[in-house]
Amino acid sequence: MTPEKIRELKLFANRGRMNIIRATHAGNSGHPGGSLSSIDLMTYLYKVEMRVNPQDPKAEDRDRFVLSKGHCAPGLYSVLAQCGYFPEEDLVTLRQLGSHLQGHPNMNMTPGIDFSTGSLGQGFSAATGMANAAKNVLHRDINVYALLGDGELAEGLVWEAAEYAAQYRLDNLCIAVDINGLQIDGATKDVMNMEPIDAKFEAFGFNVVRINGHDFNEIEKAFTAFHDARGQGKPTAILMNTTKGKGVSFMENQAGWHGKAPNDEQFAQAMAELEEEEKKILAA
Amino acid sequence: MAEMKKIATRESYGNALKELGAVNEKVVVIDADLAGSTKTAVFRSAYPERHFNCGIAECNVMGTAAGMASMGLVPFASTFAMFAAGRAFEIVRNSIGYPHLNVKICATHGGISVGEDGASHQCCEDIALMCTIPGMTVMSPADDVEARKMVHAAAELEGPCYIRFGRAAVPVFHEENYDFKVGKGEVLKEGNDIAIIANGVMTYEAIQAAQQLEKEGINARVINIGTIKPIDREIVLAAAKECKKIITCEEHSVIGGLGAAVCEVLEEECAVPVRRIGVKDVFGHSGPMLEVMKDFGLCADNIVKQTKDFL
Repeated sequence: MTPEKIRELKLFANRGRMNIIRATHAGNSGHPGGSLSSIDLMTYLYKVEMRVNPQDPKAEDRDRFVLSKGHCAPGLYSVLAQCGYFPEEDLVTLRQLGSHLQGHPNMNMTPGIDFSTGSLGQGFSAATGMANAAKNVLHRDINVYALLGDGELAEGLVWEAAEYAAQYRLDNLCIAVDINGLQIDGATKDVMNMEPIDAKFEAFGFNVVRINGHDFNEIEKAFTAFHDARGQGKPTAILMNTTKGKGVSFMENQAGWHGKAPNDEQFAQAMAELEEEEKKILAA
Repeated sequence: MAEMKKIATRESYGNALKELGAVNEKVVVIDADLAGSTKTAVFRSAYPERHFNCGIAECNVMGTAAGMASMGLVPFASTFAMFAAGRAFEIVRNSIGYPHLNVKICATHGGISVGEDGASHQCCEDIALMCTIPGMTVMSPADDVEARKMVHAAAELEGPCYIRFGRAAVPVFHEENYDFKVGKGEVLKEGNDIAIIANGVMTYEAIQAAQQLEKEGINARVINIGTIKPIDREIVLAAAKECKKIITCEEHSVIGGLGAAVCEVLEEECAVPVRRIGVKDVFGHSGPMLEVMKDFGLCADNIVKQTKDFL
Protein backbone atom coordinates (compact mmCIF):
# COMPACT_ATOMS: atom_id res chain seq x y z
CA MET A 1 0.00 0.00 0.00
CA THR A 2 1.29 3.49 -0.78
CA PRO A 3 2.12 5.84 2.12
CA GLU A 4 -0.58 8.19 0.79
CA LYS A 5 -3.17 5.45 0.95
CA ILE A 6 -2.13 4.51 4.46
CA ARG A 7 -2.33 8.14 5.51
CA GLU A 8 -5.81 8.43 4.03
CA LEU A 9 -6.96 5.34 5.91
CA LYS A 10 -5.39 6.51 9.15
CA LEU A 11 -7.12 9.86 8.86
CA PHE A 12 -10.44 8.19 8.12
CA ALA A 13 -10.09 5.84 11.10
CA ASN A 14 -9.01 8.67 13.38
CA ARG A 15 -12.04 10.68 12.34
CA GLY A 16 -14.06 7.54 13.08
CA ARG A 17 -12.56 7.44 16.55
CA MET A 18 -13.62 11.06 17.12
CA ASN A 19 -17.10 10.16 15.95
CA ILE A 20 -17.24 7.19 18.33
CA ILE A 21 -16.35 9.51 21.21
CA ARG A 22 -18.83 12.18 20.03
CA ALA A 23 -21.65 9.71 19.63
CA THR A 24 -21.22 7.86 22.91
CA HIS A 25 -20.72 11.15 24.75
CA ALA A 26 -23.80 12.69 23.19
CA GLY A 27 -25.90 9.62 23.86
CA ASN A 28 -24.35 9.14 27.29
CA SER A 29 -24.40 5.46 26.40
CA GLY A 30 -22.73 2.94 24.12
CA HIS A 31 -19.60 0.87 23.70
CA PRO A 32 -16.45 2.85 22.90
CA GLY A 33 -13.82 0.22 23.87
CA GLY A 34 -14.45 -2.38 21.18
CA SER A 35 -15.49 0.25 18.65
CA LEU A 36 -12.08 1.85 18.99
CA SER A 37 -10.24 -1.47 18.73
CA SER A 38 -12.05 -2.53 15.55
CA ILE A 39 -12.45 0.75 13.65
CA ASP A 40 -9.24 0.24 11.66
CA LEU A 41 -10.55 -3.06 10.31
CA MET A 42 -13.95 -1.57 9.46
CA THR A 43 -12.24 1.39 7.80
CA TYR A 44 -10.24 -0.92 5.54
CA LEU A 45 -13.33 -3.01 4.75
CA TYR A 46 -15.44 -0.08 3.58
CA LYS A 47 -12.68 2.02 2.02
CA VAL A 48 -10.72 -0.71 0.26
CA GLU A 49 -11.97 -4.24 0.50
CA MET A 50 -15.69 -4.38 -0.07
CA ARG A 51 -17.54 -3.90 -3.34
CA VAL A 52 -20.24 -1.58 -2.05
CA ASN A 53 -21.84 1.67 -3.09
CA PRO A 54 -23.18 4.03 -0.41
CA GLN A 55 -25.52 5.52 -3.04
CA ASP A 56 -27.07 2.10 -3.61
CA PRO A 57 -26.93 0.40 -0.21
CA LYS A 58 -29.34 -2.40 -1.20
CA ALA A 59 -27.64 -3.42 -4.47
CA GLU A 60 -28.19 -7.16 -4.81
CA ASP A 61 -24.66 -8.01 -5.86
CA ARG A 62 -22.89 -6.00 -3.15
CA ASP A 63 -20.56 -7.61 -0.66
CA ARG A 64 -22.06 -7.96 2.82
CA PHE A 65 -20.73 -7.03 6.23
CA VAL A 66 -22.16 -8.33 9.48
CA LEU A 67 -21.10 -6.77 12.75
CA SER A 68 -21.53 -9.89 14.87
CA LYS A 69 -20.21 -7.97 17.88
CA GLY A 70 -23.18 -5.66 17.43
CA HIS A 71 -22.45 -3.55 20.49
CA CYS A 72 -19.61 -1.94 18.50
CA ALA A 73 -22.27 -0.15 16.46
CA PRO A 74 -20.76 3.30 17.18
CA GLY A 75 -17.70 2.23 15.18
CA LEU A 76 -19.71 0.87 12.28
CA TYR A 77 -22.10 3.84 12.26
CA SER A 78 -19.12 6.21 12.11
CA VAL A 79 -17.62 4.38 9.13
CA LEU A 80 -20.97 4.23 7.31
CA ALA A 81 -21.65 7.93 7.90
CA GLN A 82 -18.18 8.92 6.76
CA CYS A 83 -18.71 6.82 3.61
CA GLY A 84 -21.91 8.72 2.91
CA TYR A 85 -24.59 6.17 3.76
CA PHE A 86 -26.25 8.81 5.96
CA PRO A 87 -25.31 12.26 7.30
CA GLU A 88 -22.45 12.38 9.77
CA GLU A 89 -24.56 14.72 11.95
CA ASP A 90 -26.85 11.77 12.70
CA LEU A 91 -24.11 10.12 14.76
CA VAL A 92 -24.80 12.23 17.84
CA THR A 93 -28.37 10.87 17.92
CA LEU A 94 -26.98 7.45 18.86
CA ARG A 95 -29.32 5.51 21.16
CA GLN A 96 -31.75 8.42 21.45
CA LEU A 97 -35.51 8.24 21.09
CA GLY A 98 -36.49 8.57 17.44
CA SER A 99 -32.98 7.97 16.08
CA HIS A 100 -32.34 5.44 13.33
CA LEU A 101 -29.11 4.64 15.17
CA GLN A 102 -30.26 1.95 17.57
CA GLY A 103 -28.09 0.68 20.41
CA HIS A 104 -27.31 -2.32 18.23
CA PRO A 105 -27.47 -2.43 14.41
CA ASN A 106 -30.88 -2.65 12.78
CA MET A 107 -30.94 -3.56 9.08
CA ASN A 108 -34.38 -2.05 8.59
CA MET A 109 -33.60 1.34 10.07
CA THR A 110 -30.04 2.30 9.18
CA PRO A 111 -28.82 2.56 5.57
CA GLY A 112 -25.83 0.30 5.01
CA ILE A 113 -26.54 -2.21 7.77
CA ASP A 114 -26.69 -5.65 6.14
CA PHE A 115 -27.92 -7.60 9.15
CA SER A 116 -29.45 -6.85 12.56
CA THR A 117 -27.20 -7.98 15.36
CA GLY A 118 -26.59 -7.49 19.05
CA SER A 119 -27.05 -10.94 20.50
CA LEU A 120 -23.59 -12.46 20.26
CA GLY A 121 -22.83 -15.34 17.93
CA GLN A 122 -25.89 -14.72 15.79
CA GLY A 123 -24.29 -12.37 13.29
CA PHE A 124 -21.65 -14.95 12.42
CA SER A 125 -24.35 -17.60 12.03
CA ALA A 126 -26.33 -15.32 9.71
CA ALA A 127 -23.18 -14.45 7.75
CA THR A 128 -22.52 -18.13 7.04
CA GLY A 129 -26.09 -18.44 5.76
CA MET A 130 -25.56 -15.37 3.57
CA ALA A 131 -22.30 -16.74 2.18
CA ASN A 132 -23.90 -20.11 1.51
CA ALA A 133 -26.86 -18.46 -0.22
CA ALA A 134 -24.50 -16.45 -2.44
CA LYS A 135 -22.15 -19.27 -3.27
CA ASN A 136 -24.31 -22.37 -3.43
CA VAL A 137 -27.83 -21.15 -4.27
CA LEU A 138 -27.61 -17.82 -6.07
CA HIS A 139 -24.20 -18.54 -7.61
CA ARG A 140 -23.15 -14.93 -7.37
CA ASP A 141 -19.72 -13.47 -6.72
CA ILE A 142 -20.52 -11.96 -3.35
CA ASN A 143 -18.14 -11.92 -0.41
CA VAL A 144 -19.50 -11.94 3.11
CA TYR A 145 -17.50 -10.44 5.96
CA ALA A 146 -18.22 -10.67 9.67
CA LEU A 147 -16.53 -9.11 12.66
CA LEU A 148 -16.54 -10.96 15.96
CA GLY A 149 -15.16 -10.15 19.38
CA ASP A 150 -12.83 -12.46 21.30
CA GLY A 151 -15.24 -12.64 24.22
CA GLU A 152 -17.95 -13.60 21.73
CA LEU A 153 -16.04 -16.78 20.89
CA ALA A 154 -17.35 -18.34 24.11
CA GLU A 155 -20.82 -18.53 22.52
CA GLY A 156 -21.62 -22.07 21.35
CA LEU A 157 -23.33 -20.72 18.24
CA VAL A 158 -19.98 -19.37 17.00
CA TRP A 159 -18.72 -22.92 16.66
CA GLU A 160 -21.95 -24.18 15.12
CA ALA A 161 -21.47 -21.50 12.48
CA ALA A 162 -17.77 -22.35 12.08
CA GLU A 163 -18.45 -26.04 11.42
CA TYR A 164 -21.14 -25.05 8.88
CA ALA A 165 -18.79 -22.63 7.08
CA ALA A 166 -16.28 -25.42 6.62
CA GLN A 167 -18.87 -28.06 5.67
CA TYR A 168 -20.29 -25.88 2.90
CA ARG A 169 -16.81 -24.80 1.77
CA LEU A 170 -17.59 -21.11 2.15
CA ASP A 171 -14.42 -19.58 0.71
CA ASN A 172 -16.43 -16.40 0.06
CA LEU A 173 -16.70 -15.90 3.81
CA CYS A 174 -14.09 -13.93 5.73
CA ILE A 175 -14.41 -13.33 9.44
CA ALA A 176 -12.24 -11.09 11.55
CA VAL A 177 -11.87 -11.58 15.28
CA ASP A 178 -11.08 -8.48 17.29
CA ILE A 179 -8.79 -9.93 19.94
CA ASN A 180 -8.48 -7.05 22.37
CA GLY A 181 -8.21 -9.43 25.31
CA LEU A 182 -10.91 -7.80 27.40
CA GLN A 183 -14.61 -8.34 27.99
CA ILE A 184 -17.15 -6.93 30.43
CA ASP A 185 -16.06 -8.95 33.42
CA GLY A 186 -12.33 -8.57 32.82
CA ALA A 187 -9.56 -10.24 30.82
CA THR A 188 -10.83 -12.89 28.40
CA LYS A 189 -8.09 -15.23 29.60
CA ASP A 190 -9.59 -15.05 33.09
CA VAL A 191 -13.28 -15.02 32.19
CA MET A 192 -13.17 -17.75 29.53
CA ASN A 193 -9.87 -18.36 27.84
CA MET A 194 -10.47 -19.15 24.17
CA GLU A 195 -6.79 -19.36 23.18
CA PRO A 196 -5.31 -20.90 21.19
CA ILE A 197 -7.81 -19.25 18.85
CA ASP A 198 -5.62 -19.96 15.81
CA ALA A 199 -5.57 -23.69 16.49
CA LYS A 200 -9.31 -23.76 17.13
CA PHE A 201 -10.21 -22.14 13.80
CA GLU A 202 -7.61 -24.21 11.95
CA ALA A 203 -9.08 -27.37 13.45
CA PHE A 204 -12.50 -26.21 12.27
CA GLY A 205 -11.16 -26.00 8.71
CA PHE A 206 -10.46 -22.28 8.39
CA ASN A 207 -7.66 -20.54 6.58
CA VAL A 208 -6.19 -18.56 9.50
CA VAL A 209 -4.14 -15.36 9.47
CA ARG A 210 -3.00 -13.59 12.64
CA ILE A 211 -2.14 -9.90 12.39
CA ASN A 212 -1.79 -6.62 14.20
CA GLY A 213 -5.28 -5.20 13.75
CA HIS A 214 -4.09 -1.61 13.82
CA ASP A 215 -1.56 -1.95 10.99
CA PHE A 216 -3.13 -1.29 7.58
CA ASN A 217 -0.31 -3.12 5.76
CA GLU A 218 -1.01 -6.21 7.81
CA ILE A 219 -4.75 -5.86 7.32
CA GLU A 220 -4.14 -5.68 3.59
CA LYS A 221 -1.99 -8.81 3.72
CA ALA A 222 -4.71 -10.64 5.60
CA PHE A 223 -7.32 -9.85 2.97
CA THR A 224 -4.85 -10.80 0.25
CA ALA A 225 -4.59 -14.18 1.98
CA PHE A 226 -8.40 -14.39 1.91
CA HIS A 227 -8.49 -13.70 -1.83
CA ASP A 228 -5.63 -16.11 -2.47
CA ALA A 229 -7.59 -18.83 -0.71
CA ARG A 230 -10.64 -18.37 -2.95
CA GLY A 231 -11.33 -21.56 -4.83
CA GLN A 232 -9.86 -23.73 -2.09
CA GLY A 233 -13.17 -24.20 -0.33
CA LYS A 234 -11.95 -22.85 2.99
CA PRO A 235 -13.40 -19.89 4.89
CA THR A 236 -10.88 -17.37 6.22
CA ALA A 237 -10.46 -16.15 9.78
CA ILE A 238 -8.38 -13.02 10.35
CA LEU A 239 -7.31 -12.96 13.97
CA MET A 240 -6.43 -9.41 14.92
CA ASN A 241 -4.43 -8.52 17.99
CA THR A 242 -5.80 -5.15 19.02
CA THR A 243 -5.92 -2.70 21.89
CA LYS A 244 -9.29 -2.11 23.49
CA GLY A 245 -9.97 1.63 23.59
CA LYS A 246 -7.21 2.23 21.00
CA GLY A 247 -6.40 5.91 20.47
CA VAL A 248 -7.70 7.31 23.75
CA SER A 249 -5.05 6.97 26.46
CA PHE A 250 -7.29 6.52 29.45
CA MET A 251 -9.52 4.00 27.67
CA GLU A 252 -6.74 1.78 26.37
CA ASN A 253 -6.66 -1.72 27.86
CA GLN A 254 -9.38 -0.90 30.38
CA ALA A 255 -12.26 -3.39 30.57
CA GLY A 256 -14.26 -0.67 32.28
CA TRP A 257 -14.53 1.18 28.97
CA HIS A 258 -16.32 -1.74 27.31
CA GLY A 259 -19.72 -0.16 27.61
CA LYS A 260 -19.41 3.23 29.23
CA ALA A 261 -19.73 6.72 27.79
CA PRO A 262 -17.20 9.48 28.47
CA ASN A 263 -18.32 12.38 30.65
CA ASP A 264 -17.71 16.00 29.56
CA GLU A 265 -14.19 16.14 30.93
CA GLN A 266 -13.23 12.75 29.50
CA PHE A 267 -14.81 13.76 26.20
CA ALA A 268 -12.66 16.90 26.02
CA GLN A 269 -9.49 14.97 26.82
CA ALA A 270 -10.26 12.19 24.33
CA MET A 271 -11.03 14.68 21.55
CA ALA A 272 -7.84 16.62 22.30
CA GLU A 273 -5.79 13.43 22.02
CA LEU A 274 -7.44 12.45 18.75
CA GLU A 275 -7.00 15.94 17.31
CA GLU A 276 -3.34 15.73 18.24
CA GLU A 277 -3.16 12.35 16.49
CA GLU A 278 -4.74 13.87 13.40
CA LYS A 279 -2.05 16.53 13.29
CA LYS A 280 0.62 13.84 13.59
CA ILE A 281 -0.86 11.84 10.72
CA LEU A 282 -1.03 14.96 8.54
CA ALA A 283 2.52 15.92 9.38
CA ALA A 284 3.98 12.47 8.75
CA MET B 1 -68.53 -43.77 10.21
CA ALA B 2 -66.34 -45.25 7.52
CA GLU B 3 -62.65 -45.54 8.30
CA MET B 4 -60.98 -42.26 7.37
CA LYS B 5 -57.71 -41.85 5.60
CA LYS B 6 -54.98 -40.90 8.06
CA ILE B 7 -51.86 -38.88 7.28
CA ALA B 8 -49.37 -37.22 9.63
CA THR B 9 -49.17 -33.50 8.97
CA ARG B 10 -45.37 -33.75 8.80
CA GLU B 11 -45.89 -35.95 5.73
CA SER B 12 -48.11 -33.22 4.29
CA TYR B 13 -45.32 -30.73 4.98
CA GLY B 14 -42.73 -32.77 3.06
CA ASN B 15 -45.07 -33.22 0.13
CA ALA B 16 -46.04 -29.55 0.00
CA LEU B 17 -42.39 -28.51 0.20
CA LYS B 18 -41.61 -30.60 -2.84
CA GLU B 19 -44.47 -28.95 -4.73
CA LEU B 20 -43.17 -25.54 -3.71
CA GLY B 21 -39.67 -26.40 -4.80
CA ALA B 22 -40.93 -26.96 -8.31
CA VAL B 23 -42.60 -23.57 -8.63
CA ASN B 24 -40.36 -21.35 -6.51
CA GLU B 25 -36.63 -21.58 -7.04
CA LYS B 26 -36.00 -19.29 -4.07
CA VAL B 27 -37.31 -21.90 -1.66
CA VAL B 28 -34.49 -23.50 0.32
CA VAL B 29 -34.81 -25.97 3.17
CA ILE B 30 -32.70 -26.19 6.28
CA ASP B 31 -32.74 -29.10 8.67
CA ALA B 32 -30.86 -30.35 11.72
CA ASP B 33 -30.15 -34.03 11.10
CA LEU B 34 -33.84 -34.88 11.14
CA ALA B 35 -34.72 -34.76 7.46
CA GLY B 36 -36.19 -38.25 7.62
CA SER B 37 -38.42 -37.34 10.56
CA THR B 38 -39.39 -33.81 9.59
CA LYS B 39 -39.96 -35.10 6.03
CA THR B 40 -37.80 -32.42 4.47
CA ALA B 41 -36.04 -35.43 2.93
CA VAL B 42 -38.92 -35.49 0.44
CA PHE B 43 -37.77 -32.07 -0.77
CA ARG B 44 -34.12 -33.11 -0.54
CA SER B 45 -34.55 -36.03 -2.90
CA ALA B 46 -36.05 -33.69 -5.51
CA TYR B 47 -33.85 -30.64 -4.92
CA PRO B 48 -30.69 -31.74 -3.11
CA GLU B 49 -28.86 -28.53 -4.06
CA ARG B 50 -31.39 -26.46 -2.12
CA HIS B 51 -31.46 -28.59 1.02
CA PHE B 52 -28.96 -27.72 3.75
CA ASN B 53 -28.28 -29.88 6.74
CA CYS B 54 -26.85 -28.02 9.71
CA GLY B 55 -26.20 -31.17 11.69
CA ILE B 56 -27.45 -31.24 15.25
CA ALA B 57 -27.23 -27.47 15.65
CA GLU B 58 -30.70 -25.99 15.84
CA CYS B 59 -29.60 -22.49 16.76
CA ASN B 60 -27.48 -22.40 13.63
CA VAL B 61 -30.47 -23.62 11.60
CA MET B 62 -32.28 -20.44 12.56
CA GLY B 63 -29.25 -18.16 12.20
CA THR B 64 -28.31 -19.41 8.75
CA ALA B 65 -31.95 -19.37 7.65
CA ALA B 66 -32.10 -15.72 8.67
CA GLY B 67 -28.94 -14.98 6.68
CA MET B 68 -30.35 -16.74 3.62
CA ALA B 69 -33.61 -14.81 3.91
CA SER B 70 -31.64 -11.54 3.99
CA MET B 71 -30.25 -12.58 0.59
CA GLY B 72 -33.75 -12.85 -0.88
CA LEU B 73 -34.27 -16.59 -0.49
CA VAL B 74 -37.33 -18.17 1.13
CA PRO B 75 -35.95 -20.55 3.74
CA PHE B 76 -38.03 -23.26 5.38
CA ALA B 77 -36.28 -24.15 8.62
CA SER B 78 -37.18 -27.43 10.22
CA THR B 79 -36.53 -29.50 13.29
CA PHE B 80 -38.66 -30.76 16.18
CA ALA B 81 -40.88 -28.15 17.85
CA MET B 82 -38.98 -28.50 21.11
CA PHE B 83 -35.78 -27.32 19.47
CA ALA B 84 -37.15 -24.91 16.88
CA ALA B 85 -39.24 -22.90 19.32
CA GLY B 86 -37.51 -23.89 22.55
CA ARG B 87 -33.78 -24.29 22.12
CA ALA B 88 -33.49 -21.75 19.31
CA PHE B 89 -36.02 -19.29 20.70
CA GLU B 90 -33.67 -16.40 21.14
CA ILE B 91 -32.16 -16.76 17.68
CA VAL B 92 -35.68 -16.88 16.24
CA ARG B 93 -36.57 -13.79 18.24
CA ASN B 94 -33.49 -11.72 17.45
CA SER B 95 -32.33 -12.88 14.02
CA ILE B 96 -35.68 -13.72 12.41
CA GLY B 97 -38.42 -11.92 14.33
CA TYR B 98 -36.75 -8.59 15.05
CA PRO B 99 -35.57 -7.98 11.46
CA HIS B 100 -38.90 -9.46 10.24
CA LEU B 101 -37.13 -11.83 7.87
CA ASN B 102 -38.94 -14.13 5.52
CA VAL B 103 -38.17 -17.41 7.29
CA LYS B 104 -40.75 -20.17 7.55
CA ILE B 105 -40.13 -22.12 10.72
CA CYS B 106 -41.79 -25.46 10.16
CA ALA B 107 -41.56 -27.54 13.28
CA THR B 108 -42.66 -31.14 13.52
CA HIS B 109 -43.32 -33.44 16.48
CA GLY B 110 -45.24 -30.75 18.36
CA GLY B 111 -47.26 -31.57 21.45
CA ILE B 112 -47.56 -34.70 23.58
CA SER B 113 -48.69 -36.90 20.68
CA VAL B 114 -44.97 -37.52 20.16
CA GLY B 115 -45.81 -40.22 22.69
CA GLU B 116 -43.05 -42.65 23.58
CA ASP B 117 -40.19 -40.13 23.53
CA GLY B 118 -41.56 -38.52 26.68
CA ALA B 119 -41.43 -35.07 28.21
CA SER B 120 -38.02 -34.00 26.85
CA HIS B 121 -39.49 -34.10 23.34
CA GLN B 122 -43.15 -33.29 24.04
CA CYS B 123 -43.23 -29.58 23.34
CA CYS B 124 -46.38 -27.96 24.67
CA GLU B 125 -44.94 -24.46 24.83
CA ASP B 126 -44.04 -23.74 21.20
CA ILE B 127 -47.20 -21.87 20.24
CA ALA B 128 -46.92 -19.69 23.34
CA LEU B 129 -43.28 -18.90 22.70
CA MET B 130 -43.78 -18.06 19.03
CA CYS B 131 -46.89 -15.94 19.69
CA THR B 132 -44.86 -13.61 21.91
CA ILE B 133 -42.64 -12.54 18.99
CA PRO B 134 -43.95 -9.39 17.27
CA GLY B 135 -44.84 -9.95 13.62
CA MET B 136 -44.70 -13.74 13.83
CA THR B 137 -47.60 -15.58 12.19
CA VAL B 138 -48.34 -18.79 14.09
CA MET B 139 -50.26 -21.70 12.60
CA SER B 140 -51.21 -25.25 13.49
CA PRO B 141 -52.99 -27.43 10.90
CA ALA B 142 -55.69 -29.96 11.74
CA ASP B 143 -55.14 -32.41 8.92
CA ASP B 144 -53.32 -33.17 5.71
CA VAL B 145 -55.30 -30.82 3.50
CA GLU B 146 -54.98 -27.86 5.83
CA ALA B 147 -51.28 -28.57 6.40
CA ARG B 148 -50.44 -28.53 2.69
CA LYS B 149 -52.47 -25.39 2.07
CA MET B 150 -50.77 -23.73 5.03
CA VAL B 151 -47.31 -24.44 3.62
CA HIS B 152 -48.26 -22.88 0.29
CA ALA B 153 -49.84 -19.89 2.06
CA ALA B 154 -46.72 -19.46 4.17
CA ALA B 155 -44.59 -19.22 1.05
CA GLU B 156 -46.82 -16.40 -0.22
CA LEU B 157 -46.67 -14.55 3.09
CA GLU B 158 -44.01 -11.83 3.43
CA GLY B 159 -42.40 -12.18 6.84
CA PRO B 160 -41.71 -14.82 9.45
CA CYS B 161 -44.09 -17.59 10.37
CA TYR B 162 -44.17 -20.67 12.54
CA ILE B 163 -46.13 -23.78 11.62
CA ARG B 164 -46.46 -26.74 13.95
CA PHE B 165 -46.87 -30.21 12.46
CA GLY B 166 -47.55 -33.50 14.22
CA ARG B 167 -45.75 -36.80 14.23
CA ALA B 168 -48.67 -39.19 14.21
CA ALA B 169 -51.10 -39.98 11.41
CA VAL B 170 -54.39 -38.16 11.90
CA PRO B 171 -57.72 -38.38 10.04
CA VAL B 172 -58.09 -36.28 6.90
CA PHE B 173 -61.50 -34.62 7.19
CA HIS B 174 -61.11 -31.55 4.96
CA GLU B 175 -62.19 -31.73 1.35
CA GLU B 176 -59.46 -31.00 -1.16
CA ASN B 177 -61.21 -27.75 -2.16
CA TYR B 178 -60.97 -26.32 1.40
CA ASP B 179 -60.08 -22.64 1.05
CA PHE B 180 -57.51 -22.00 3.78
CA LYS B 181 -56.61 -18.38 4.43
CA VAL B 182 -54.00 -17.15 6.90
CA GLY B 183 -55.80 -15.56 9.86
CA LYS B 184 -59.18 -17.12 9.06
CA GLY B 185 -60.93 -19.80 11.06
CA GLU B 186 -63.75 -22.00 9.82
CA VAL B 187 -67.03 -23.23 11.25
CA LEU B 188 -67.08 -26.99 10.75
CA LYS B 189 -70.44 -27.56 12.40
CA GLU B 190 -73.21 -25.13 13.22
CA GLY B 191 -74.79 -25.00 16.64
CA ASN B 192 -75.64 -22.44 19.29
CA ASP B 193 -75.61 -24.32 22.60
CA ILE B 194 -71.87 -23.96 23.06
CA ALA B 195 -68.86 -23.33 20.83
CA ILE B 196 -65.94 -25.72 20.74
CA ILE B 197 -62.89 -23.99 19.32
CA ALA B 198 -60.04 -26.31 18.46
CA ASN B 199 -56.96 -26.70 16.32
CA GLY B 200 -54.32 -29.24 15.39
CA VAL B 201 -55.14 -32.84 16.22
CA MET B 202 -57.87 -31.65 18.59
CA THR B 203 -60.11 -30.41 15.79
CA TYR B 204 -61.08 -33.88 14.70
CA GLU B 205 -61.67 -34.83 18.34
CA ALA B 206 -63.93 -31.80 18.64
CA ILE B 207 -65.93 -32.88 15.59
CA GLN B 208 -66.41 -36.32 17.08
CA ALA B 209 -67.37 -34.85 20.44
CA ALA B 210 -69.95 -32.60 18.79
CA GLN B 211 -71.49 -35.58 17.01
CA GLN B 212 -71.77 -37.40 20.32
CA LEU B 213 -73.26 -34.33 22.00
CA GLU B 214 -75.81 -33.95 19.24
CA LYS B 215 -77.10 -37.42 19.99
CA GLU B 216 -77.64 -36.20 23.53
CA GLY B 217 -79.50 -33.09 22.33
CA ILE B 218 -76.67 -30.58 22.63
CA ASN B 219 -75.90 -28.58 19.50
CA ALA B 220 -72.30 -27.49 19.67
CA ARG B 221 -70.69 -25.23 17.12
CA VAL B 222 -67.28 -26.53 16.08
CA ILE B 223 -64.67 -24.04 14.96
CA ASN B 224 -61.25 -24.83 13.60
CA ILE B 225 -58.64 -22.13 14.12
CA GLY B 226 -55.64 -22.86 11.93
CA THR B 227 -53.97 -19.52 12.60
CA ILE B 228 -53.43 -18.77 16.27
CA LYS B 229 -51.76 -15.46 15.47
CA PRO B 230 -53.23 -13.31 14.09
CA ILE B 231 -56.39 -14.97 15.38
CA ASP B 232 -59.73 -14.68 13.58
CA ARG B 233 -61.43 -12.27 16.01
CA GLU B 234 -64.65 -12.22 14.04
CA ILE B 235 -65.32 -15.93 14.27
CA VAL B 236 -64.44 -16.00 17.97
CA LEU B 237 -66.69 -13.02 18.79
CA ALA B 238 -69.58 -14.44 16.80
CA ALA B 239 -69.24 -17.67 18.76
CA ALA B 240 -69.23 -15.78 22.04
CA LYS B 241 -72.31 -13.75 21.14
CA GLU B 242 -74.32 -16.59 19.67
CA CYS B 243 -73.24 -19.54 21.83
CA LYS B 244 -72.55 -17.75 25.14
CA LYS B 245 -70.02 -20.35 26.32
CA ILE B 246 -66.79 -21.51 24.77
CA ILE B 247 -64.61 -24.55 25.19
CA THR B 248 -61.13 -24.46 23.68
CA CYS B 249 -59.22 -27.61 22.79
CA GLU B 250 -55.53 -27.74 22.02
CA GLU B 251 -52.64 -30.14 22.23
CA HIS B 252 -50.59 -27.48 23.99
CA SER B 253 -50.24 -25.88 27.37
CA VAL B 254 -53.39 -24.01 28.39
CA ILE B 255 -50.97 -21.17 29.05
CA GLY B 256 -50.25 -19.04 26.01
CA GLY B 257 -51.87 -21.14 23.32
CA LEU B 258 -55.18 -21.20 21.47
CA GLY B 259 -57.26 -20.98 24.66
CA ALA B 260 -55.30 -17.95 25.81
CA ALA B 261 -55.58 -16.30 22.40
CA VAL B 262 -59.36 -16.81 22.43
CA CYS B 263 -59.61 -15.41 25.96
CA GLU B 264 -57.62 -12.34 24.98
CA VAL B 265 -60.13 -11.55 22.25
CA LEU B 266 -63.07 -12.17 24.56
CA GLU B 267 -61.88 -10.16 27.54
CA GLU B 268 -61.38 -7.16 25.30
CA GLU B 269 -64.68 -7.32 23.47
CA CYS B 270 -67.18 -9.88 24.76
CA ALA B 271 -66.41 -11.71 27.98
CA VAL B 272 -68.17 -15.07 28.19
CA PRO B 273 -67.25 -18.12 30.29
CA VAL B 274 -64.46 -20.21 28.75
CA ARG B 275 -63.16 -23.62 29.67
CA ARG B 276 -59.78 -24.61 28.33
CA ILE B 277 -58.93 -28.19 27.47
CA GLY B 278 -55.21 -28.65 27.01
CA VAL B 279 -52.09 -29.58 28.89
CA LYS B 280 -52.59 -28.08 32.34
CA ASP B 281 -49.19 -26.64 33.20
CA VAL B 282 -47.54 -30.03 33.58
CA PHE B 283 -44.88 -31.93 31.65
CA GLY B 284 -45.79 -34.86 29.46
CA HIS B 285 -44.68 -38.46 29.85
CA SER B 286 -44.00 -41.54 27.76
CA GLY B 287 -46.61 -43.84 26.37
CA PRO B 288 -48.30 -44.81 23.10
CA MET B 289 -49.80 -41.72 21.48
CA LEU B 290 -53.48 -42.49 21.96
CA GLU B 291 -52.98 -43.56 25.56
CA VAL B 292 -51.01 -40.41 26.36
CA MET B 293 -53.61 -38.21 24.68
CA LYS B 294 -56.36 -39.87 26.72
CA ASP B 295 -54.32 -39.56 29.87
CA PHE B 296 -54.19 -35.81 29.38
CA GLY B 297 -57.86 -35.56 28.45
CA LEU B 298 -57.04 -34.67 24.86
CA CYS B 299 -59.79 -36.77 23.34
CA ALA B 300 -63.41 -36.57 22.23
CA ASP B 301 -64.68 -38.33 25.34
CA ASN B 302 -63.22 -35.68 27.60
CA ILE B 303 -64.58 -32.87 25.41
CA VAL B 304 -68.04 -34.41 25.76
CA LYS B 305 -67.63 -34.75 29.50
CA GLN B 306 -66.30 -31.23 29.97
CA THR B 307 -69.03 -29.75 27.78
CA LYS B 308 -71.83 -31.37 29.73
CA ASP B 309 -70.21 -30.33 32.98
CA PHE B 310 -69.78 -26.77 31.72
CA LEU B 311 -73.32 -26.25 30.40
